[in-house]
Amino acid sequence: MKIKTEQQAAGKLSNDINLILHDYDGTMKFMEVCGTHTMAIHSSGVKSLLNKKISLVSGPGCPVCVTEKLFIDQAMFLAEQLGVCLITFGDLIRVPGSNGSLADLRSRGGLVKVVYSPMDSIEIALELAPQPVVFLGIGFETTIPTVAVTVKTAFERKVGNLFILPAFKTIHEPLKILASNKDLTGFLLPGHVSAIIGVDSYSYLADDFKKPGVVAGFDGLDILYALRSLVKMTVSGKPGIENNYKTVVRSEGNIFARKLIDEVFEPADTSWRGLGLIKGSGLAFKAPYDTFDALKRFPMQLPDAPDDPRCKCALILTGTLTPNQCGLFGRECVPENPVGPCMVSSEGTCAAYYKYGGT
Amino acid sequence: MCLAIPMKLVEITGPGVGKVDAGGVRTDVSLAMAPNAVIDDYLIIHAGFAIEVLDKEEAMIRLDLFKELAEATRDEVPD
Repeated sequence: MKIKTEQQAAGKLSNDINLILHDYDGTMKFMEVCGTHTMAIHSSGVKSLLNKKISLVSGPGCPVCVTEKLFIDQAMFLAEQLGVCLITFGDLIRVPGSNGSLADLRSRGGLVKVVYSPMDSIEIALELAPQPVVFLGIGFETTIPTVAVTVKTAFERKVGNLFILPAFKTIHEPLKILASNKDLTGFLLPGHVSAIIGVDSYSYLADDFKKPGVVAGFDGLDILYALRSLVKMTVSGKPGIENNYKTVVRSEGNIFARKLIDEVFEPADTSWRGLGLIKGSGLAFKAPYDTFDALKRFPMQLPDAPDDPRCKCALILTGTLTPNQCGLFGRECVPENPVGPCMVSSEGTCAAYYKYGGT
Repeated sequence: MCLAIPMKLVEITGPGVGKVDAGGVRTDVSLAMAPNAVIDDYLIIHAGFAIEVLDKEEAMIRLDLFKELAEATRDEVPD
């Protein structure tokens, strides 16, 4: 599409929203649940086109940001005290734990390997055997099946020295908690998580909480289009769940991917940074794959790892505050030297505000 | 972190694995989540896995929709 066409389409959508809101007295606050949307909203300039009656807040959809500090401490303990090799997605490498980050660990001589795909862990494990290697298992429904396939493949190939430190998260339970927040009008629903779980799985938002949700693609135009739908449904008082990303997302989701998840994992309670312990919002290994669980193989008793009390990541992850309402933002906490995970991850809300100058 | 990009399937290299191409760069991907993918399909790739097959018809509908919106603006505000 030509840039001019895109600009004209964006102008039309923005005007449409203005017209719909012309006689509307209240304000609307929509949450983009997914971190990739957060970046797209800021980089595309969508916010500058939005009617002042609409505000956008970021949700807990950046896996790095919702991972507790204790997880980093556990990884560091495994490497420093037990001599395991850590394998991680690059996103996690600079997140500060109680004693520095994985990058610091590497500079102190610790073995930390960054992979693009969890499947790469298998070759690393075979190469280093019998030394134990631990893959740091963070991610949502998009990423979880890739770990499930890795575990199944390692099981079939009898790889005995590969383990997974699990901190996987699933989106429905926290979304239910956020949906009960009266301040939030509706939700811009994630694209690639929805490709796995399907649009139909969100029906509770409209049915039980009377809030609209729209699954959106990642272009600025896709996001504006989805916002027009959210505004329309809010003004008409007819909340529903719409799919504006049909190029990729099906109503029923990806059943092959969900079957892979179900073969290896079962729902479990897990803690989210910012939201605390949420029942059934994580995953635990099922037999016979529980032999891959690093927490079972290497039991650890580590002290609590409280966040810096001045860091407002927890409130930013729930859309209660925006980054510029945090005293550390842009001063002590910058991308080169982050205090909290929302500044570390390239998809974090604070990183997006810092890079694009959000308000 | 759930970033995923479309790449074209150019070869099925083994059971559940294939080669995709994006601008001349070829890479191996797992088809475990997209077992029905066929050559020339555009796959949405995340962490070395095809998470879904792109629906070409829906992709065209999307482009047409935005073109229509742009044209509607032209009608409203002449150049």
